[in-house]
Amino acid sequence: MSIKEVGYISHQELIDAKQDISAARYAKGPVAVVECVQQIPCNPCEAACKFGAIKIGEPITNLPKIQEDNCTGCGVCVAQCPGLAIFIVNKTYSDTEATVAFPYEYTPVPKEGEEWEAVNRKGEYQCQAKIVKVMNPKAFDRTPVVTVAIPKEFADEVRSVKRK
Amino acid sequence: MLNKQLLIVGAGPAGLAASIEAKKAGVKDVLVVDINMKPGGQLFKQIHKFFGSSAHRAGVRGMDTGAAMLKEAEELGVEIWLNTACVGFFDERVACIEKGMPDGSKQIVYMKAEKIIIATGGQENVVRFKGWTTPGVMGAGAAQTMINVNKVKPGNKIVMLGTGNVGLIVSYQLMQAGCDVVCLVEAAPGIGGYGVHASKISRAGVPIYTKHTIKEVKGNGPNGRVSEVTIVEIDPKFQHIEGTEKTFEADTVTLAAGLKPVSDLVRLQDIELVFNGPFGGWVPTHNEKMETTCPGIYVAGDTTGVEEANTALEEGRVAGVSAAEALGAISAADAEAWRAEIWTRLDGLRMGPFGEKRAIAKKEVMDAFPGVAEA
Repeated sequence: MSIKEVGYISHQELIDAKQDISAARYAKGPVAVVECVQQIPCNPCEAACKFGAIKIGEPITNLPKIQEDNCTGCGVCVAQCPGLAIFIVNKTYSDTEATVAFPYEYTPVPKEGEEWEAVNRKGEYQCQAKIVKVMNPKAFDRTPVVTVAIPKEFADEVRSVKRK
Repeated sequence: MLNKQLLIVGAGPAGLAASIEAKKAGVKDVLVVDINMKPGGQLFKQIHKFFGSSAHRAGVRGMDTGAAMLKEAEELGVEIWLNTACVGFFDERVACIEKGMPDGSKQIVYMKAEKIIIATGGQENVVRFKGWTTPGVMGAGAAQTMINVNKVKPGNKIVMLGTGNVGLIVSYQLMQAGCDVVCLVEAAPGIGGYGVHASKISRAGVPIYTKHTIKEVKGNGPNGRVSEVTIVEIDPKFQHIEGTEKTFEADTVTLAAGLKPVSDLVRLQDIELVFNGPFGGWVPTHNEKMETTCPGIYVAGDTTGVEEANTALEEGRVAGVSAAEALGAISAADAEAWRAEIWTRLDGLRMGPFGEKRAIAKKEVMDAFPGVAEA
């Protein structure tokens, strides 16, 4: 089942789009995960990264590709993506926990220290999420970026929290 | 009778961009008329960040692009008449205009324009089903205007029909406004809009029913308002499959079943039209200057085929440059170079699996152009 049929992306589609991140890179710390598998004419993410870690090039419909060695996991690209399709995954947060950072444009915006319900790409409940960081500087242009800590095994699944 | 160098009908992205470009190119006398209370067309309800090239305001919210364009137009001295409708066209580019006056009254003005750009945009399609006239059934565009411009919720529990980018984006924005979206319903086997937009809907846990349509809307709510919506699966011939009905409690149904070009004004002139399915219906043929078969009359934006705001904006620029050239404000060579640059960007916007259909449609419309008639 493709994103076109069901409305959410599968792991296989990420692999096919060469957007899956290697285990070796995950072991080094936070990294951007781009989940953008359709050729749409769009490239603000490429310009957003000052480390040259997101490559699109010409034509503009090329799929964005993370340059794993260049990505610092800083998260600047997350709020710049008009499709809200970039996440920062840190599988080295602690022995048992990972963090996932995602754009969140609903109100109320989560606050640091709160506990919310983490959901997967289908919006299904996965686990409880501890809000560890909320960033919403002017440069993000009203797209807050929320970082949650979750049990490690959910790092590839959790992509948001349930709207309150 | 008033005389104007350039009259632009419609102050959306295409019309505003045309006015800005024409002014930049040196046209002194530019008037934009718009039937609405505010300029900007649909831009001010586009609260989301636009896709596109980072070199051209991609990643910027539509409303902010609208505000920037309006400011630029004002600074350049573009004249804008609001609450003003162009209600007639006569030979030799004489327009009959119903001008909105400050006291709310209207005044009929006849105007002879040396050049005219028609940028009247698009109009939402309607879908008919049992109960489609029930209060609470509305266009997705209307719902978007309510939440993003007027800050009023159209309802609390919404069923969206259609999963093109309008259906997906408006569903997301309805949730941002605090409404619940019950589900999205799509007749086609696949989601029409971008996967990244659909992903936002899915992450919010809202189901998308493809191969489904609305069977019936019941209006047992307060004042006969929508109370429940029954959807049904359809076969490849779009016939209801009995026994597959699902009924949801809802108070609002929003229709996002595509748009059609508003070509009423174009039809008032002897401009050659061509039918184009992917572009939403009858559209005026035009050349690479955006000039129609009627000399001195140009078109831009959704009037020439329904696409999206960035494309409308770039087409508006082309029309503005061409009108300026025809008025003698810039040389043919300069205009040609300027247009070539814009067309490169337009080609970029019509690439990829989503843009390709529009590239072909545009080619068909332009290939059908028989040439500008003798003046």
